[in-house]
Amino acid sequence: MSPVILQRPSLGAPAVAWLLSLPALAIFVGVVMVPLAMTVLLSFYDWGQYKGIEPVLILKNWREVLTDPYFREMFTRTFRIALLVTLITALLGAPEAYILNRMRSPWRGIFLLVILGPLLISVVARTLGWALLFGGNSGVINKALMNAGLIEAPLPFMFTETGVVVALSHVLLPFMVLAVWAALQRIDVQVENAATSLGADHLTVLRRIVLPQAMPGVLSGAIIVFALAASAFATPAIIGGRRLKVAATLAYDEFLNTLNWPLGAAVAVLLLVALVVVTLGCNALIERRYAEAFR
Amino acid sequence: MSRNGPLAIAFHTIIVAFMLAPIIVVCLVAFTPEGYLSLPSREFSLRWFRAIARYPEFVSAFWTSLWLGALSSALALLVAVPAALAIARYRFRGRDVLAGLFLSPLMIPHVVLGVAFLRFFTQIGLGGGFAGLLLAHLVIVCPFALRLTLASATGMDRAIEQAAISLGASDWAVFRRITLPLIAPGMVSGWALAFIQSFDEVTMTVFVAAPGIETLPVRMFLHIQDNIDPLVTSVSACVIAVTVVGLICLDRLYGLDRLLVGQGQR
Repeated sequence: MSPVILQRPSLGAPAVAWLLSLPALAIFVGVVMVPLAMTVLLSFYDWGQYKGIEPVLILKNWREVLTDPYFREMFTRTFRIALLVTLITALLGAPEAYILNRMRSPWRGIFLLVILGPLLISVVARTLGWALLFGGNSGVINKALMNAGLIEAPLPFMFTETGVVVALSHVLLPFMVLAVWAALQRIDVQVENAATSLGADHLTVLRRIVLPQAMPGVLSGAIIVFALAASAFATPAIIGGRRLKVAATLAYDEFLNTLNWPLGAAVAVLLLVALVVVTLGCNALIERRYAEAFR
Repeated sequence: MSRNGPLAIAFHTIIVAFMLAPIIVVCLVAFTPEGYLSLPSREFSLRWFRAIARYPEFVSAFWTSLWLGALSSALALLVAVPAALAIARYRFRGRDVLAGLFLSPLMIPHVVLGVAFLRFFTQIGLGGGFAGLLLAHLVIVCPFALRLTLASATGMDRAIEQAAISLGASDWAVFRRITLPLIAPGMVSGWALAFIQSFDEVTMTVFVAAPGIETLPVRMFLHIQDNIDPLVTSVSACVIAVTVVGLICLDRLYGLDRLLVGQGQR
C-alpha cells in the first residue's frame, strides 16, 4: 500500500490546517483583538461631562492615571491585596496539596473534590458566604471569636482590606492547590524512599527532596493567583463596598456610573499591561531557574 | 508511601473547614424561616425558595444563563473542534501563534475583556443585545472547549484512521465514524466545563448584560450591591446545588484534577 493512498492530499497540509482554524481565527481576531485595540485607542480619547467622548488622541487620561495620587493609592491597594493573597494561598495551598497527595483513595478523590470543587461554584455565591460570615457585629466569625474569649469587640471585616484578602484567598486557594498538585504528580516517590533509606528524617526529606521539586508548582500557582487577585472584581466589590476601590471596581465605576469611558479604558489597559509584564517577567525567571522541570 | 501525621490531619481539617464554611453558611441561611438574615434555629423553612418565584427578574435571569451557557458552549465546540484537529495533527508555520491566540482569553483579565466588549458592541450596534452576550461568552468559554478537545485529539491513535482510509472509507466517513467518536469524551467534558464557566461568569458579563438580559450571577451581584437578604441566599443555594451536581458528574466522567489542571494558564 503506497502512502499516497493513505494520505490522499488534495490540499497541502498547511492549507488544510489554516482552513480548519479559520472559524476560530475569525472570531478571535474579530471579537478579541479588534475590541482590545479599540479599548487601547479609547484610552487616548477625550471626555467631558457635557460633550461626551471626543475622538482626539491626547494623553490626558494616561497622565491622570499615572500621576494622580488617588489612582496611585488605588493601584497600590490592588497590588498589596494581590501580594497578600498570593502569600496566604501559597502558605496554605502548598502543604494542603502535599497532604492531599499522600492520602489514600477514596479519601484523596473525595477531598480533591472538596478542595477544588469550589472553583466551579459561582464567585458571587462564595463571596456572599463570606459576607454572611463577616456580617458586622452579628457575623458568625465575630460571635465565635468573642465566645472563645479571643477578642473583646467585634473585628471589622466587611468593607476592609482584611475582609477582601480573606475572601479572595478562599476564592483563589484551589488554583494554588491545583498548581502544586500538578507539580507533586511528577515527583518520583522512589526518591523520597531512597532518602529515607539513607537515614534522612521526615523533615529533611520534605526540605531537601519534596520542596525543591514542588517549587515550580508553587511559583506558577503564585503567578496565576496574583494575576487573578489583582484583576478580581466581584469579591472586592461585595466585601470592599463602594469606598474600598481596586482597579477592577474602579474601571466598572468609570464605565457604568461616571460614564467616563476613556478614563476607565486607561485604568483597564494599565491593569492589563502591568499584569502582562509581571506574569511574563516571573515566568521567564522561573523558566530560567527551573529549566529542567518544564521540559 | 507513609501516612499523614496528626499535625497534617489537623491542618487539613482546618483547610477543609475554610473551603466549605462560606458555602455551607449560604445554604443554611437559605432555609431560615425568619424575614431577615439568620441561621435557622427553630426549624428549616422553604419560605425563601418559594419566594424566588415571585421575583420574575431572577427566574428570567436563570433562563438567560441556561440558554447562554448551552448555546455559547455548543458554538464554542463548533469552532474549537476543527481548530483542535488542525493544531493536534499538522505542523505548520504559525501553529504556536494560533494556539496562543485561541487560549489568550484565559490570560486577559475578565474586567479588561468586559471593558473591551462593551466598547466594541456599542460601536457596532450589538450593545445590550443577546447576540453580543453570546459572542462574548463564546470567546471566553472557547479556550476550555479547545483545551479538552485538543487533549483527546492529541492522544488519539492515528493508525485507526489510516486503517479506515486503507479500507476505502471516504474522508467524511472517517471523520464521522472514527475521529468523532474518539474525541467525543473530550468534546462532552469540554462542553460541560465551558457551560459551567459561562454559567458562573460575572466580571465580564456585568459590563455587557443590559437590563432584561442579565444572567443569574449578574442579577445576584446587582441585588447584593443593593442589599443582602435571605432571597439572594436561597437563589445562591440553588446555583450551588446545580453546580455540585454538575461537578460530581464531571468528576465521574473525566476526573476533576485532569479537567482542571492547566486551568492554570489564565
